[in-house]
Amino acid sequence: MTRWLPRTYLTLVYILLYVPIVVLVVFSFNESRTGYAWGGLSLRWYEALFNNRAMVNAMWNSLWLALSAATISTVIGALTALALHRYRFRGKKLLNGMLFVVMMSPEIVLAISLLALFLLVGLQLGYVSLLLAHVTFCLPFVVITVMARLSGFDESLPEAARDLGASDFTMTRTVLIPVIMPALLAGWLLGFTLSLDDVVVSTFVGGPSYEILPLRIYSMVRVGLKPEVNALGTLLLVFSLVMLMLSQWILIRSKR
Amino acid sequence: MKQTLLSLSNLSKQFSGKTVLDGLDLEIYDGEFITLLGPSGCGKTTLLRLMAGFEHPDEGTITLAGEDLTHTAPENRPLNTVFQHYALFPHMSVFDNVAYGLKMEKRPKDEIRQRVDEALAMVQLQDFARRKPHQLSGGQQQRVAIARAVVKRPRLLLLDEPLSALDYKLRRTMQVELKRLQRELGITFVFVTHDQEEALSMSDRVVVLKDGLVQQLGTPREVYERPANLFTARFVGETNFFPGTVETVDDDSITVDVFGLKRTLRRPDFAVSGGQPLNVLLRPEDIRVLDPADEQGVAGKIVERNYKGSTLDSVIHLADGTEVLASEFFDEDDPAFDYRLGEPVKVSWVDGWEWLLPGETGEALPEEDVSADA
Repeated sequence: MTRWLPRTYLTLVYILLYVPIVVLVVFSFNESRTGYAWGGLSLRWYEALFNNRAMVNAMWNSLWLALSAATISTVIGALTALALHRYRFRGKKLLNGMLFVVMMSPEIVLAISLLALFLLVGLQLGYVSLLLAHVTFCLPFVVITVMARLSGFDESLPEAARDLGASDFTMTRTVLIPVIMPALLAGWLLGFTLSLDDVVVSTFVGGPSYEILPLRIYSMVRVGLKPEVNALGTLLLVFSLVMLMLSQWILIRSKR
Repeated sequence: MKQTLLSLSNLSKQFSGKTVLDGLDLEIYDGEFITLLGPSGCGKTTLLRLMAGFEHPDEGTITLAGEDLTHTAPENRPLNTVFQHYALFPHMSVFDNVAYGLKMEKRPKDEIRQRVDEALAMVQLQDFARRKPHQLSGGQQQRVAIARAVVKRPRLLLLDEPLSALDYKLRRTMQVELKRLQRELGITFVFVTHDQEEALSMSDRVVVLKDGLVQQLGTPREVYERPANLFTARFVGETNFFPGTVETVDDDSITVDVFGLKRTLRRPDFAVSGGQPLNVLLRPEDIRVLDPADEQGVAGKIVERNYKGSTLDSVIHLADGTEVLASEFFDEDDPAFDYRLGEPVKVSWVDGWEWLLPGETGEALPEEDVSADA
């Protein structure tokens, strides 16, 4: 009695979590046109997906946006984390707190305020506005990842490098950055995935000149569920899993 | 012969209002092994960091062989540091760690290879050049840190409690090895420790520090046998403090009343007059434990005995409650030499083995916590 109860409970929880995903993956290989009847195994929806020009285009746009947003936020975020870690200055606590505000505040609030800002300065909605918005919401995650790594950082390493004749810049290049590299990679991956699947902020600040994948899917689903979307969902799922495993592997390898 | 290499004068340093160093002067001679000894918070690590250039003094100057280094950046100082927790670069191999300093000097590749190999051979790690630091034991990491610091042939090597993370046996081995290295290389060593035994056994001179001030500067023997004050006496080794009162003063001897014993002792360097309180200091190994029937000595009883292998350490309570530590070597001719707990004995010492310090009335003796350190 006491043994099977927790197990059953846990099984139920996992079924609830994973059934929708399993259904999506299974039906992406469904021959039938309707989403609720099984018509045999087929790859036709994957074919249809890659023949859909608008879709492929949106995919490339999304990947490029995620790549650039993750890279820019990693550079800015790493420098911010270093500044917060190394120096004592006025307003340091405020700056630290403000990062959390961006992270914790509802996405819709960020979306509306960014839109208002872009309209105010007269920025054309498109790649640039999306990039700025994505960098904004990725930044705190990168900073926190890098800060966590820096907090366990042996402070005598930079001193040892200086002691052996390295200038501050050489020390940063040859000791500091290599040591925090795993955190930089993890932060970059985090930013990449966050940017790739963002809908709310992108809906507000995106423009017709630069269509990205989540918005494309969203508009497709509105007119009716096409099995192509299942195929796309499956691909994205595999992609995210690979990214997740990659980042975990990097972190575990560096923790020895 | 004794040429000053590093000269510290009037160094003061405060950290957020707390004075860590207070107008400290120190001359370090070329080629010597000098140890900065003191409890945690005494300023010894700060002093080392000032020499290395990681901190800058609020006041005072640091000169190395006549050249002012006070505000020179650490990378431009001809001295190197061995850090407490080694501070090896985790992403580099042992070879690259040791080569780092030479690469910074932009030495030719062949020269780097040769000098790194030499340095690794010196610390007996030539077979470990390809390993990463985390694949080495603590003692091996320590040796890499030493090789990395000496490969640049510095004028002065600073060592910040380099042995504190090693176990007892490895520590003894490394102490011998460090002394050997220092002799072979002829580099001046500035060694920081809170371990008085280490300080005494390794150094040419010991600087005892407390609250940012030099308490005593001298050879290990001077510091141990002729402590300048109660702090040094208490911090370096175990000491028995017997309160005494001066009775008569002669040209070169004085008579002192200690526990009712009238002893004639050598006249100390400081001024003495009749009736003045004194501290009679006796190391445990200077104490003689006598038979209770003996005529001289103070009566007490054994309350603790610790067998230490080569010595037998006992704690004796005198009638007035004073605790006396005695450490006696085994007597080859007396196999039955031992005490029972509670056994009555008498305590005495050979005149001339004591050391006298003025009685510092009103000031309590330093508590036991000075010898403990984190």
